Amino acid sequence: MSIRFSFGGDEHIFAEVSEEMSLEAFFTSLSMTNAVKAAGIKGVTEICPANASFQIKFDPDRIKAGDLLKELQSMEGAASKSDATLQTRIMEVPVLYQDPWTHETLMRFRERHQNPNATDLEYAAEVNGLGGVEDFIKAHSSQPWFVSMVGFVAGLPFLYQMVERKRQLQVPKYLRPRTDTPKLTIGHGGCFSCIYSVRGAGGYQMFGVTPMPIYDPTQKVSYLQDEMCLFRPGDIVKWKPVTRDEYDAAIEAVDANRYEPMIRPSTFSLSAFNRDMAGTNAKLMEALNGR
Amino acid sequence: MAVNVISSGLSTTVQDLGRPGYYHLGIPISGGMDRFALRAANMLVGNDEGAAVLEAVFLGPELEFTAPATVAVTGGDLPPRLNGDGRSTWEAFPVKAGDRLSFGYLRSGARVYIAVSGGIDVPVKLGSRSTYTLGALGGHEGRALKAGDSLPLGEGAGGKGAIPANLRRMPGSPAELRMLPGLYWHRITAAAGKQFFADTWKVAPEADRIGYRFKGGTVLDFVPREPPFGAGSNPSNIVDACYPYGSIQVPGGTEPIVLHRDAVSGGGYMMLGCVISADMDLIGQLQPHSPARFVEVSMDQALAARADRQAALARLRAHLGR
Repeated sequence: MSIRFSFGGDEHIFAEVSEEMSLEAFFTSLSMTNAVKAAGIKGVTEICPANASFQIKFDPDRIKAGDLLKELQSMEGAASKSDATLQTRIMEVPVLYQDPWTHETLMRFRERHQNPNATDLEYAAEVNGLGGVEDFIKAHSSQPWFVSMVGFVAGLPFLYQMVERKRQLQVPKYLRPRTDTPKLTIGHGGCFSCIYSVRGAGGYQMFGVTPMPIYDPTQKVSYLQDEMCLFRPGDIVKWKPVTRDEYDAAIEAVDANRYEPMIRPSTFSLSAFNRDMAGTNAKLMEALNGR
Repeated sequence: MAVNVISSGLSTTVQDLGRPGYYHLGIPISGGMDRFALRAANMLVGNDEGAAVLEAVFLGPELEFTAPATVAVTGGDLPPRLNGDGRSTWEAFPVKAGDRLSFGYLRSGARVYIAVSGGIDVPVKLGSRSTYTLGALGGHEGRALKAGDSLPLGEGAGGKGAIPANLRRMPGSPAELRMLPGLYWHRITAAAGKQFFADTWKVAPEADRIGYRFKGGTVLDFVPREPPFGAGSNPSNIVDACYPYGSIQVPGGTEPIVLHRDAVSGGGYMMLGCVISADMDLIGQLQPHSPARFVEVSMDQALAARADRQAALARLRAHLGR
């Protein structure tokens, strides 16, 4: 695949690896941005990988746009040939599906939704041809997801489901974005899930909430003291459905600052994944559960 | 030494030149929307040009000083009053302990920059004192100011002088915002592209530090396509990507939004290109309902405009003997 470069004004180069989403496009974007980071090019001020594209911000007083573009193009061959293996992390994210807070919010914004007479989960189950909400939750939480971008707002992960394309859950965004979304809502739009890191506007369907903080600007949460944002591109996430009691217990632990997220190191190889998705995912679950 | 907030104004925040380097985590660059005026305010009071100041929008705060200092107000024409007596914008003036600074009604522009000698000395977060309210990061407790807040001040020698109107930079009417077409420009038809530049737009009420929405122009015609996997079915959808600072997205092809200092860092709408860096300050001075046009420029013209803006800052420094 050939990268399409375009200048974003006089301070950005935008690079589209592919118009459509795929893990191959993501890995090319990540290889490119890692190569730019490693090259230490003077005048580059921001290096931002995204799902199937990336963006470089630069200071045109220090490097000419054309010179930077040539440097990026010279890295393209190596990036597309890289073996796409990542030393990464797998983490479990507890989810209270059908929680009262997103339910209250989605009822408030029903007139902006495709189906005002169903909840977001009922609608998502229906458009994916699944029997009902329970089946949808099972499909959503049974296989892991890949963090293919961090952004929109501080620390928000975009997650791409690690299954064959025909099995991927797809749900349209709200017809008009809401002005409110509870903090730590699990959302879904297009083929991506996300975790809303802060309360605010949003257009993704709302499925539930996690008790686990993922962004802490005060850096008081025990596991967010070094980095305010938990997620990095390349992290792998497994949703774990929890009951209201388990959710409340987790919130109590968060409030006492003794909550420990389950995070384990793991290796991910794109070629191994493409050869055997079920097998790769099973190994990831073993790494997560320490078996 | 401190500044006490008696009343907050509409939305007054601590800002400096911004917080680069964290966009890949969704943390925007923040900082003053009109950084030309922000630098000018700091120059007038003898601060480093990037010292933290207060940015107020539409309606000024009321402030009380606990020690003598020098103050300057730049940007829009929001007339300052010291203990009720008028003071000029774009001019340094001294204050004593117990003095109160308030503001009259906005006459032009949208934002003012209130610099105090020594700078607003809130803690530095990720390399900046700027407030990013959506992420509750930086500034004073990560939020806009409230009555009862007390802001610490740094040590500063103070300064003097005034900046005459011919050395200031404010948008005309209609505001002309120069832009470099690119990014997903190819998604709209040639006729739609031509019309986009021909139309006069109006700033919509949804205009804040995240972005400025424009309305009243022609709905864009898109080039037909099969939606790419993961993009969404609307012709304005793309697979969620980074949004550059200054980029112009057009959800549904109807109302362009120019992202500004507290930009959302990415999302799933196509962008037509970016407003050039030299003209981003001007957007910060636009009021809702004011007219604006987008003017097509080349990269060479964008860089020439950038040099012009730097020359204008150099003239300010020369004028003030810095």
